[in-house]
Amino acid sequence: MATSVLEHRAPAMAHHYPKTGLWSWITTVDHKRIGILYGATAFIFFLLGGIEALIIRLQLMGPNGTLVDPDTYNALFTMHGTTMIFLGVMPLSAAFFNFFIPIQIGARDVAFPRLNAFSYWVFLLGGIFINVSFLVGAPPDGGWFGYANLTSSRVMEATAAAPSPGMNIDFWVIGLQILGIASIAAALNFFVTIVNMRAPGMKMLRMPMFVWMSFVVQVLLLLAFPVITVALVYLMMDRNFGSSFFMPDGGGDPIMWQHLFWIFGHPEVYILILPAFGIASEVLPVFSRKPLFGYTAMVFSGIFIGFVGFGVWSHHMFATGMGPFADTFFSLATMVIAIPTGVKIFNWIGTMWGGSLRYTSAMMFSIAMVALFIIGGLSGVMHSSPPADLQQTDTYFIVAHFHYVLFGGSIFGLTSGAYYWWPKMFGRLLDEGLGKVHFWLMFIGMNVTFFPMHFLGLNGMPRRVYTYPEGLNFEFWNQIETVGAFLIAAAFLVFIVNIIKTWMGPADAPADPWHGATLEWSIPSPPQEFNFPKLPVVGSSMPQWDARRAAGGHLPEPALVSGADIPMPNPSYWPLITAIGVNLVLGSLLFVRLWPHWWMATIASALVLFVGAFKWAFEPTGH
Amino acid sequence: MAHAATAPAPGEIDEHHWTATGLNNRKVAIWAFIGSECLFFASLISTYLVYRGKSLVGPLPHEESQCMLHGKMQACEQIFSIPLVTFGTAVLLFSSFFVVLALNGAQRGDRKALLTWLTATVICGLFFIGMQVYEFNHFYHKGLGYSTNLFGSTFYTLTGFHGAHVTLGVIWLTTMLILAVRGKVPPEKSLNLEMAALYWHFVDVVWIVIFPVVYLMR
Amino acid sequence: MQAQLCPHNLDANRMDSRPVRAWRAWLARALGLGLLVLVAACAKDYPQTTLAPKSDITRMIDSVFRTTFWWAAAVFVLVEGALVYVLWRFRAKPNDPEPEQSHGNTTLEIVWTAIPAIILVFIAIPTVRTIFKTSLPAPNPEVEVEVIGHQWWWEYRYPKLGIVTANELVVPQGKMVGLRMWSADVLHSFWSPQLASKRDVFPIFSKTKFKKVNPLWFTADTVGDYTGQCAELCGIQHGRMGLRVIVKSQADFDQWVAASRVGSPLVNGAKVDPGLDSAWKTDTIHTKGQAAFIAGGCISCHAMVGTPLAGALKLRGPNLSHLGARTTIGANMYENTPTNLAQWLRDPQGMKKGSHMILPRPLTEPEITALVAYLRMHK
Repeated sequence: MATSVLEHRAPAMAHHYPKTGLWSWITTVDHKRIGILYGATAFIFFLLGGIEALIIRLQLMGPNGTLVDPDTYNALFTMHGTTMIFLGVMPLSAAFFNFFIPIQIGARDVAFPRLNAFSYWVFLLGGIFINVSFLVGAPPDGGWFGYANLTSSRVMEATAAAPSPGMNIDFWVIGLQILGIASIAAALNFFVTIVNMRAPGMKMLRMPMFVWMSFVVQVLLLLAFPVITVALVYLMMDRNFGSSFFMPDGGGDPIMWQHLFWIFGHPEVYILILPAFGIASEVLPVFSRKPLFGYTAMVFSGIFIGFVGFGVWSHHMFATGMGPFADTFFSLATMVIAIPTGVKIFNWIGTMWGGSLRYTSAMMFSIAMVALFIIGGLSGVMHSSPPADLQQTDTYFIVAHFHYVLFGGSIFGLTSGAYYWWPKMFGRLLDEGLGKVHFWLMFIGMNVTFFPMHFLGLNGMPRRVYTYPEGLNFEFWNQIETVGAFLIAAAFLVFIVNIIKTWMGPADAPADPWHGATLEWSIPSPPQEFNFPKLPVVGSSMPQWDARRAAGGHLPEPALVSGADIPMPNPSYWPLITAIGVNLVLGSLLFVRLWPHWWMATIASALVLFVGAFKWAFEPTGH
Repeated sequence: MAHAATAPAPGEIDEHHWTATGLNNRKVAIWAFIGSECLFFASLISTYLVYRGKSLVGPLPHEESQCMLHGKMQACEQIFSIPLVTFGTAVLLFSSFFVVLALNGAQRGDRKALLTWLTATVICGLFFIGMQVYEFNHFYHKGLGYSTNLFGSTFYTLTGFHGAHVTLGVIWLTTMLILAVRGKVPPEKSLNLEMAALYWHFVDVVWIVIFPVVYLMR
Repeated sequence: MQAQLCPHNLDANRMDSRPVRAWRAWLARALGLGLLVLVAACAKDYPQTTLAPKSDITRMIDSVFRTTFWWAAAVFVLVEGALVYVLWRFRAKPNDPEPEQSHGNTTLEIVWTAIPAIILVFIAIPTVRTIFKTSLPAPNPEVEVEVIGHQWWWEYRYPKLGIVTANELVVPQGKMVGLRMWSADVLHSFWSPQLASKRDVFPIFSKTKFKKVNPLWFTADTVGDYTGQCAELCGIQHGRMGLRVIVKSQADFDQWVAASRVGSPLVNGAKVDPGLDSAWKTDTIHTKGQAAFIAGGCISCHAMVGTPLAGALKLRGPNLSHLGARTTIGANMYENTPTNLAQWLRDPQGMKKGSHMILPRPLTEPEITALVAYLRMHK
């Protein structure tokens, strides 16, 4: 969408809007506030996904588990995956994109502040939309990958227990389309922000590694989400309008869904992991007191991973029987990705080599991220080999693999980011003692939960099974895993305690508690609305270290300034209205089968959308 | 650092209009958006190609076939009539040319040229939408519903999404036309029209791909 | 296990030694624990394991896996070792001077780009070789079986031997078995970890244009009873879509074939030997059971030897003609005992929630008794 058809100069309107209180958050277009909103919302969804995981673990604790019904179990793992990916890890990354991309590149805001608010509201409402399915008793139950033709018609889901299943998959199909809009809008915004808003002197090859990896992520989002959108539209049409895109009895091919899904799905994996790579690449140098080893190699290996990531999707489909030539191609392409990934890992170790390592919580989470990602990477190489993958795919070996990269990688990386950047975001340092407790509980819990899954998978336990019989001897490791899962839960309880404790403490964090290298540490904690009283001029990839060295090792605390003369964008509620419109339009499609006049709801919703978009387009921006 | 000397001194920067590339944010955004849209249409077009010739029943695009029409199975004629859509394609192509002239008028401050050519563009767009509505209606009466066969589903989804993009473009250009009539598109704000024009060119280019792939290729 | 985890002598050692010794004691304990975990992981008996291949194809796959595993293990030890070394060696000490600000080392970076590439070549070569051996249809199968996935059970047809059965695939030892696999409803994945490995099956309906029949083959080398299960999410009972592969000696297999051909839809339109037929007609178990089978509505979904629909191939439920010879019911869910069978007939939804088995009306207890005896009688 055009964010502003007209480029009005701002009449000074900002004083109409309050600076605190609920309304100020609803109308905010400040990237830092939106970042906090993203973080808080995503953390709540993350906890929800975690509770789903705990129920899954309890169900699997012993053979012939009866804690939940098989259909509930299917809903639990579907929503666990969907929630963790789309409502947990992606928006947690977005929280840091929002807060730190503009600051790290020396900008005052993102390129399109209101589009940013719009992305957040669409994400929030979309996340609520998918989870409302639980309340109406129709949670999605076709897996986060939603394979057709199980998902393509209500007939296929039908069982004797539920002869005409309802809107379970419709919630998923529509919810993901809504979230896709949020992702694409946000990606456009950050893409432009990084390309165009860099402070004077910040060439592309001087950008902090977090910004670089985020940049690759935005490109992946822009190119991958349209593909899943098309696939979801087809699936929606199959379910509601009688087409047969993936239905064999109408001539369609269910494998087409798999191709479209994984052309999105594999880049999505890098969308989830690259932000964590970026965070580790920020944290490791700072606490090693050494610059990142091989900056350029790190940049290009990230780009290479993202680029080749588009050419390996079929390694998720080795068991579909694609034939030896396709198997060979996708296998070799997948193996090639191990090379830039290895470069990253060696460069991280090289960064620490010869350094002076300070074991703060942030540092420990980043180091663990590297250590755990190595395990996930190596198991990944094992199933890049199609013959070996024939035994491993759809087993717990795969579950172990991707939890090592997504929990061990993404979540550890993001948690590291939380400890590292918390003082900058809130002006308060998280408690380091509790941070260490959090770390060890999570590190041990993570390995206790996910490492035995390697054994289980290789010893014959498939994924997505609601239970297993006694004779297969799966119970021992499953029990251990359940214990581990509760250790992880305890770790996050400690984190929550830490947040509350920090919240109640004084806001006394200095501007640069860690002696950081990048621009965010040159401004007060938390930053003022305009970030920089004067746009910084950047001479290297470590401007704050340069400044510190030039000042002889000690930098004065940056002073707060009034900033009255700095024009900042006006708050606006039109992004929220437009986001509601988007949700209503897509949400109205839920009623296609229930109500013959569903299209009236769609038209009414479209009106909301158009009014929102037009008001937004013609609203003075204040820029 | 060694590179510090190449950075501009703080005093030289107009903080208000600073962008790292010198391009306007919105221009970068529309290009990125177009890049994203390419993948959207690429997915739709590849699906159409993969499913070409895989329909179980008629009607079919280029040949006679058995299809369900008026409640009974019977021989149905081919769906496409190339002359009409060729004309529509030409009109859409001309509209791309017209919007260039309109933008040129806007940049020069030539109000008359701006209004004339922008009106021409909008009319062309409307004609194309009209053609598509006629075509869809005509095809439907020839027995091709959305769910009749894979050809119907892939064809209507692909061209329908393209048509929706054209419609959005027409709304956008009409908004610009109204603004232009009120004199609100002076040369210094011609970027607003340039954005719409870029989007319009993209929609045309997509049709340049769709037209041969869907209508001409047999 | 407990005793080994906290040995008293080690504790004592720790008490009166220097800190270095204590550290060693902890290391010994950690190693001991690691070893225990490893032993526990390997020593347990996992009937469905992929690590004990019992056929030619799974052995090939296992060899590729082991190659990659040992490379990965070596890389793991080296890289994590290097990481741990760095963490210990370069930990900050008070008054550390600022470390040397190195930005990289091109030679080093080229080396550590090249080494993984070389390792990958060593993994890629056996991989590609094995791909070409494993992913093509059976070169010259001696037993051909069509495998058809259903929600939530497996149908097996032996077109050349004239057998139709369900859930338990019976094959001879030492003969190449070629599978041709598809599905009757949604996607499934046939997985027999020790014998055949895994491949997805795709739906083929009468009108389906993409007739994707997936191959898989194996030559079992040991007589035995192997479990497996569906590996692709296929709806509510995906978790209990089990299967069994029973490898018999050639003689036992031949005997099984002879018995299973009786009344098969693929042999003579399911007509049985007139002598057999008249023998059954005087057998009360058979006559009472068959009456219940028809009156209770079983016949609308199941083919059964001697019934009018015995010759039907496309019924919804599994062919029950020789249920008495199967070891399990409900797709490897319950042992085939009279009690389990009776309970299944009493309450199929309670035994397997969501199953497509719907009783038109509840069966009476006498009917259930008759049916259990009848179904178990035909082996």
